[in-house]
Amino acid sequence: MSRALNYVDAIREALFQAMEADPSVFMIGENMRAGIRPESRGLYQQFGDDRVIDMPISEAAFTGFATGAALAGGRVIVEFQVSSLIYPAFDQLVNQAAKLPYMLGGQRFLPVTYLIMGAGAGGGRAGQHSDNPYPYFLHAGIKSVFPTTPADAKSLMLAAIAEDDPVAVFAPVGVYGTKGPVPEEPVLAPLGRGVVRRPGADVTVVAGGPHALQAVALAENLKDEGISVEVWDPLSLLPLDKAGLEASVNKTGRLVIFDDSNRTCGFAAEIAGLAAERCFHALKAPIKRVTRADVVIPYSAPIETEVLATVDRLEAAVRAVMG
Amino acid sequence: MVVGETEIQNVALYRRMRLLRRFEEMAGDLVRGGEIQSAVHEYTGQEAVAVGVCAALGPDDVITSTHRGHGHILAKGGDPALMLAELLGRETGYNKGRGGSMHIADIDLGIYGANGIVGAGAPMACGAAFMFKTMAERHVAAPFFGDGAMNQGVLLESFNLAVMLHLPVVFVCENNGYAVTTPIGEVLKGSILERAAGFGLAVEVVDGMDVRAVRAAADRAVKRARDGGGPSFLECETCRFSVHNVSAGPAWPDERAEDEREEARARDPIERLARQLIEEGRWTADDRARVDAEVESELEGGLGFARNSRRPDPDSAYDFMYARPYAGLPARGTDG
Repeated sequence: MSRALNYVDAIREALFQAMEADPSVFMIGENMRAGIRPESRGLYQQFGDDRVIDMPISEAAFTGFATGAALAGGRVIVEFQVSSLIYPAFDQLVNQAAKLPYMLGGQRFLPVTYLIMGAGAGGGRAGQHSDNPYPYFLHAGIKSVFPTTPADAKSLMLAAIAEDDPVAVFAPVGVYGTKGPVPEEPVLAPLGRGVVRRPGADVTVVAGGPHALQAVALAENLKDEGISVEVWDPLSLLPLDKAGLEASVNKTGRLVIFDDSNRTCGFAAEIAGLAAERCFHALKAPIKRVTRADVVIPYSAPIETEVLATVDRLEAAVRAVMG
Repeated sequence: MVVGETEIQNVALYRRMRLLRRFEEMAGDLVRGGEIQSAVHEYTGQEAVAVGVCAALGPDDVITSTHRGHGHILAKGGDPALMLAELLGRETGYNKGRGGSMHIADIDLGIYGANGIVGAGAPMACGAAFMFKTMAERHVAAPFFGDGAMNQGVLLESFNLAVMLHLPVVFVCENNGYAVTTPIGEVLKGSILERAAGFGLAVEVVDGMDVRAVRAAADRAVKRARDGGGPSFLECETCRFSVHNVSAGPAWPDERAEDEREEARARDPIERLARQLIEEGRWTADDRARVDAEVESELEGGLGFARNSRRPDPDSAYDFMYARPYAGLPARGTDG
């Protein structure tokens, strides 16, 4: 049974169901008890202060706290209210949690989920609240997902919690207001599986989050001109569905990557590299990337829009690869 | 000699400290001889801290350690053979050759690992302590760290977290006077003890060259934590005998004057306990020689085990990145 849920409500439902199903799951974060955050509202009242713990504003310590609790048998969800709040915790994420199981020779693994809210730019949030920091995580080898729809948000959140490794769930601020059908049951999506959001024949656009939705809308607009755009949404950034990417690019022979993280060594660069290695002989045009500029996200609207990955630029890139 | 409980405890403290000392001397030789491929941070001189604190802990209690970690691991019951195998890069080592000196761990023994980043283990100890508290288990977590870590934000955050959640944690500060080569007074203003007390931790300072004093102080702190009395902070004033680290290359210059080093050696915690045991009539020189011989034999056996063990197969380099690998994850260096 499905019913329409808002994106953030879908995350909350996943948190409730995961905590109901497994008493070893607990959640730490900031400002949960007060219920000001819609993704965690009501969790404290339901599960109490042994399982929903408001942390001091000490991101480094509470990230390491989750690592230690996981070593001692816990299954921990760590919430960062805004994506840039991972930076104070960087050592504990990339140098401790991401490396510890390997360095231990597999003595233990770490069932920890990093719920990273507020990913991406969204109207004047400026330099320190607008990042899509997943490339750092991918670089560090931390499993990462980027759910686009409310159904994806719930199923990937549940999958992340069930995984015995650290998994980062990036919730893009650009889809918070969206609503869509979400199964009532706790259904897990497999990691490492992308989805063809809209089938097409002439060009593959790789995009996730709000950018996938924008790409689908653009594809509808271009249909009448005889340009058939396929939108492929990776959903899971690490592991990545390389076979799904390859199948789409081999089919269309053209690739545009539409990604709102930084250009240099960003996610789009990785996709472009993979497609060049795997699909070189199928390509009919050079690969194009439409990304953020490599500058700080500015506050004022005209200059903010200027540096983001916009659908206008995507359209121009699609037309360019079509020749 | 009639051996009573006190004698067993005293001899055990001596034996453990002697094991730590000789292990480090052996490791230093193995570095200089090229069998250990990287540097080690010798724990020599600080033995009374690890041994005194760990004597107050049980097998289900947890420690986190530092870059200078061999002593903590041995004191908590780590197997020298598996440690030597790790240092020699063997697949039988504690970390299957994936960690080396700065990452040795035995989770089953409550050793949550040495750590290459100063202060980084403390929040993990808090997380483990939180689990003990919520599971109503009377275990304790004891993170070790140096004086230099008192300037590391994550450690100070952990103090606050432990007090806020009233966790069974005993923070153990090994003050050897130097943040690598910088005298601690030059980079840490105010007092270490007052800094910890400012977070609401119960604090105590102890002579870290006196294993019995450390043990007694640790007993008090651990009992307090076990009984639900909350976290505390133990500053152990100690000296390291070696330079910051030992590597096969040119020797690291010693930042300390010769008389300061001599003074430190005069406080040798192992000789001090050995002397006390003789003065108190608890053992004889022969007893000591027998214990020393046992330690040598254990270490020789461990080194033999390590040397006879295989190095890991190159193909195994991709194992243990994840509990659950996926197709193409982890990627190899030539994967498309």
